[in-house]
Amino acid sequence: MDLFYKLSNGTSAALSLIPVLEEQIFRSSVIETVNAGSRIESLFAMPEGENFRIFAILLNPKEHVLLITSMETAGTYQSLTPALPAAHLFEREMAEQYGIVPEGHPNLKAVRFHESYAGKAPWTNEKAPEIGMIDFITMRGEAAHEVAVGPIHAGVIEPGHFRFQCMGEDVYSLEISLGYQHRGIEKMMEGKVSPRTIRMAETAAGDSSIAEATACAAILEALDETVPSAKARRIRAIALELERIANHVGDLGALAGDVAFLPTASFCGRIRGEYLNMTAELCGNRFGRNLVVPGGVKFDLEPARAEKILKWIDRVYPELKNALDLMFDCPTVLDRFENTGAVRRELAKDLGLVGMAGRASGLLIDTRYDLPLNDDPRPKRISLKHCTGEVMARAHVRYREIVTSHEFIIRMLQEELQGEIRSEYNGKIPADKIAVSVVESWRGELCHAVITGTEGTFRRYKITDASFHNWTGLAMALRGEQISNFPICNKSFNLSYCGHDL
Amino acid sequence: MFKALKARLFQGYRTGKFPVQPPTLPDRFNGRPVLDASKCADCGACKAACPVDAVVAVGKDLAIDTGKCIFCGDCAAVCKQQAITFSPEYRLANMTRANLIAHSGEIYEPERPTDREFLRFCSKSLKIRQISAGGCAACELDFNVLGTLAWDMGRFGIQVVASPRHADCILVTGPVSKNMLLALKKGYEAAPHPVWVIACGTCAISGGIYQDSPEAMGGIEEILKPDLYVPGCPPHPTTLLEGMLRLMNRK
Ligand code: SF4
Ligand code: SF4
Repeated sequence: MDLFYKLSNGTSAALSLIPVLEEQIFRSSVIETVNAGSRIESLFAMPEGENFRIFAILLNPKEHVLLITSMETAGTYQSLTPALPAAHLFEREMAEQYGIVPEGHPNLKAVRFHESYAGKAPWTNEKAPEIGMIDFITMRGEAAHEVAVGPIHAGVIEPGHFRFQCMGEDVYSLEISLGYQHRGIEKMMEGKVSPRTIRMAETAAGDSSIAEATACAAILEALDETVPSAKARRIRAIALELERIANHVGDLGALAGDVAFLPTASFCGRIRGEYLNMTAELCGNRFGRNLVVPGGVKFDLEPARAEKILKWIDRVYPELKNALDLMFDCPTVLDRFENTGAVRRELAKDLGLVGMAGRASGLLIDTRYDLPLNDDPRPKRISLKHCTGEVMARAHVRYREIVTSHEFIIRMLQEELQGEIRSEYNGKIPADKIAVSVVESWRGELCHAVITGTEGTFRRYKITDASFHNWTGLAMALRGEQISNFPICNKSFNLSYCGHDL
Repeated sequence: MFKALKARLFQGYRTGKFPVQPPTLPDRFNGRPVLDASKCADCGACKAACPVDAVVAVGKDLAIDTGKCIFCGDCAAVCKQQAITFSPEYRLANMTRANLIAHSGEIYEPERPTDREFLRFCSKSLKIRQISAGGCAACELDFNVLGTLAWDMGRFGIQVVASPRHADCILVTGPVSKNMLLALKKGYEAAPHPVWVIACGTCAISGGIYQDSPEAMGGIEEILKPDLYVPGCPPHPTTLLEGMLRLMNRK
């Protein structure tokens, strides 16, 4: 029997085709495959009678394919984390959700502080642990001190808790404890599929709505065997790149604000809104809500509308470049960005960083090329020159992506395309299937995986947002930094709390 | 220095004209629904299509609760009788929950403020502490933009403060996750009273898309009484700003 089942992005297969391996074989094949260049997209558990089945979904970028395998466990297994650090949060998640104990896990703690779905989490005697109550990594010594921040922050942002271990201004360790935004999305997605399904998936991370909705739609379409038209896919691709630009622009402006470079901060604050308004031009909502539906998109992009957005970009893009060049030209800004918050290539690889942050650390990863959904159109790859993992690199990668996404959108808007925007979708959910989709959101790849139960129902819905892979990267970026550099390190990643907490 | 000045001249003055002039909204923007019960065939198609159970009644009592609605427009799309349409009415905010429900044949007028104490304290200056409690973060993002130069809510004396100690008002987003319940209560208590409350977004009003969450309350009403309800998922910045200005009796 094969060790892995190969699945293309956005397709489904019978659940019976997924191998169930012996623990030792599961373990060695996952570790070897990752060491040979694949990466973990998702690792999750599902109850199976008295036992649990653990699924590993890996991405093989060379073959452009997902590798899926599984094993059964009665409740304890040998942790993968010592060999594959990128698995650490997934294993904590499985322990929390189903009480499955990864033996030998070096840092087994709560992730979202909810009641366990089956049994109880290994670190608690009570059913529901109190939010934020974990054994933080601490440092002892006369000059050592601890800084605790959150859950409520000073700005208008989501809640989360940060615990710094410092000597003077220097951070020796940062531990990030989240879960405040947990609203149980995965659980609510289980059961009967309804009009709420895709609209809820869309809100997994509100600033990545297009990406999340596209991933969910791809799953529903795979199960229904519907293929959205080329035109629909193009409209989705345009919206996805608009989402990327808006977020990158906003974050570059916020980075400028954090180093007190106010001109770019204020210009970008306004310009980000222009891109949100372009998205609203497509569908009425600035975050692209309700645009993506199973089978295609809800709104057409007529030639006149395309023309209007093209003119709009013509006007705004020079203003954006002006604002960014001003910042990247300014020595006081560069001095703050350079050599700050480094996550080097090797570490990034070990931690399994994805997307923009991974690229900024020099990893040539991008699911728009590694695992394209259908043959969707996509922008040019950016160059990874000088991508050595600092705030500067993350800022510059964003600038480069802004440029390639613009080229792409302009090209897409210029070519007129005929056809339907919404293919017939019948809402078929066959029993006992697995379907997986991966989309490159502006932060990085996000993965939706579903296992269907009886006809018409989802038995397990697993969302892995890019943030889930990357939060540890931020914690590591702070090691050896001045605590005052936290805001720019944080902004350079700008990870999602709700995407992590679900 | 010169480069910055040059850029400043190039970028120009960009603060929007609202509220002196009406806002420019996209043509596909869905505002307050307009209902015509006389056309309704009582088929229930809209109710079945609604992802959030916002169509509270069909037939002669046809009504949509904008405190639940995420403005997806699906109810209007499936209605063969065209009993449901969406107007561009962006003034969706209200001070009482009942006024969020759109009825058939209504002549909608947004509520005027009546809270004298609030007006005495806050009509010229409103200091806000935002607390997010389990949403998707889009509400926060579109509240944040009111601080950018495109909207510049500081012109009206509306300002975000870093601590609840300095706040007149707590603006809550999200359905109130169980994990934020304590922090929200503490944040509210920490503000010098009297303190007013804004429920921003469908989640905060009714739980919205998360109304059946086992891990969250169904909005903030279970904990705090809002003084302003701002519908939308997320509310358009104009909707939120207009609501706050109206609450302050500024327009
Ligand atoms: S527009 Fe509102 S009421 Fe109509 S279907 Fe969507 S959420 Fe429901
Ligand atoms: S109301 Fe909508 S936009 Fe606001 S937090 Fe809730 S899901 Fe997000």
